Amino acid sequence: MAALRSFLVLGWLLLWLAAPAQAQQFPPLSGRVVDVANLLDPAQEAQLTQLSEQIEQASTRQFVVATIPDLQGYPIEDYGYRLGREWGIGRKDANNGILLIVAPAERKVRIEVGYGLEPIMPDGLASTIVRDTILPRFRDGDMPGGILAGAQAIGEQMKLPLEAAEARAAAQVQAGDEGDGEGAIFLIFWGIVLAFMLLSMFRGRGGRGQRFRRGRGPVVIWGPGMGSSGWGGGSSWGGRSSGGFSGGGGSFGGGGASGGW
Amino acid sequence: MRFAAPMVVLSATLLAGCGLNSVPTAEENAKARWADVQAAYQRRADLIPNLVATARGAATSEGRILTDVIEARSRATSIQVSADDVTDPAKVQQFQAAQDQLGGALSRLLVNFERYPDLKSQTNFTKLMDQLEGTENRINIAVRDYNMAVQQYNTTIRTFPDAIGAKIIYGADPMTPFAARAGSDVAPTVDFGNGF
Repeated sequence: MAALRSFLVLGWLLLWLAAPAQAQQFPPLSGRVVDVANLLDPAQEAQLTQLSEQIEQASTRQFVVATIPDLQGYPIEDYGYRLGREWGIGRKDANNGILLIVAPAERKVRIEVGYGLEPIMPDGLASTIVRDTILPRFRDGDMPGGILAGAQAIGEQMKLPLEAAEARAAAQVQAGDEGDGEGAIFLIFWGIVLAFMLLSMFRGRGGRGQRFRRGRGPVVIWGPGMGSSGWGGGSSWGGRSSGGFSGGGGSFGGGGASGGW
Repeated sequence: MRFAAPMVVLSATLLAGCGLNSVPTAEENAKARWADVQAAYQRRADLIPNLVATARGAATSEGRILTDVIEARSRATSIQVSADDVTDPAKVQQFQAAQDQLGGALSRLLVNFERYPDLKSQTNFTKLMDQLEGTENRINIAVRDYNMAVQQYNTTIRTFPDAIGAKIIYGADPMTPFAARAGSDVAPTVDFGNGF
């Protein structure tokens, strides 16, 4: 019996969770500075981490610096937004994440701006920071200097309390999430489920079985309102990353600017 | 009654599994992504008058191409496809064709701008190019997200067990993805040798 039930549960679980495997590989989000390409020394990393913490404390915006040794053949615009989504930088309801991505092998740099920050960091401004602040130093071979200066310029903008624009963006996101009719379907569904359960309970009582009196294991039921939000990607970075930094689930839609040197 | 507990589990999962919930979820998601696609293209269309105005002063001999761009823009903006019509392949293809034509005219214009050093040196023009570049990037992502959402929706309504709910309850039709881009309609390359 128990074996049959766990088999069923397992089967359904597998059916639901069978998601297409992702082809692209991203480095793990190990902290606020993910220096996979080893361009920064520990002191510089600490400085950038502190800046990122200040930004998050001041405005809840998440800022991450990533140096990527290999873009795997993708253009940096393409790689950047996928990386941002994979890591989920920024709060989920505000999409207020911003990334500074440096790919030394491809000689490309990009500021990737989350949906919610596009009014605060428009493409023109991101482009100006890339062109005037970061690239001149990169061309001189000063990678850490360019990254630090670029991060400072981003930080100055990100600490600004332009909350009005952001609150509005967050409100729009939330309004869009509330699907009409979802509530009715929810009620009808659980009404049917409840009816099923009551029916079988009464039948169980009148018949030979007394199953529901004895406490068996919890009945696992999927339905609207459960799943989908709860089972998303793992949140396992917490433990090993410095200061327990993790993304808030923010998304990216191609805002920002790139440059090459 | 020995199978009461598994029956409850099974009936609940079957109900949830026959698409009562997943079909409209996938449908709304795909429709929202379609709205993003239209917004991204609109963003590009909104940039063009500015671009044309800036270019007209400096690149005086490109009148022919500028006219092409303006015409392609008005054609593209005149074709709007509502989210309810994305199940109609003809309408989506028409929309895509008009936008691709505009993209083509725009990239011809950008290539010809190469010949005007003083145009390239204007900060106003550089800003426009930054915005255009960002817009093309957003279009690519919006189209890709839309195609993914459509693929998910089409798979949902065609596979067991969601197909039951999709057919019986919703009468769902498959949506039309954007066709893969051929060479002529790739996003205009914004490369002016100014560090980009």
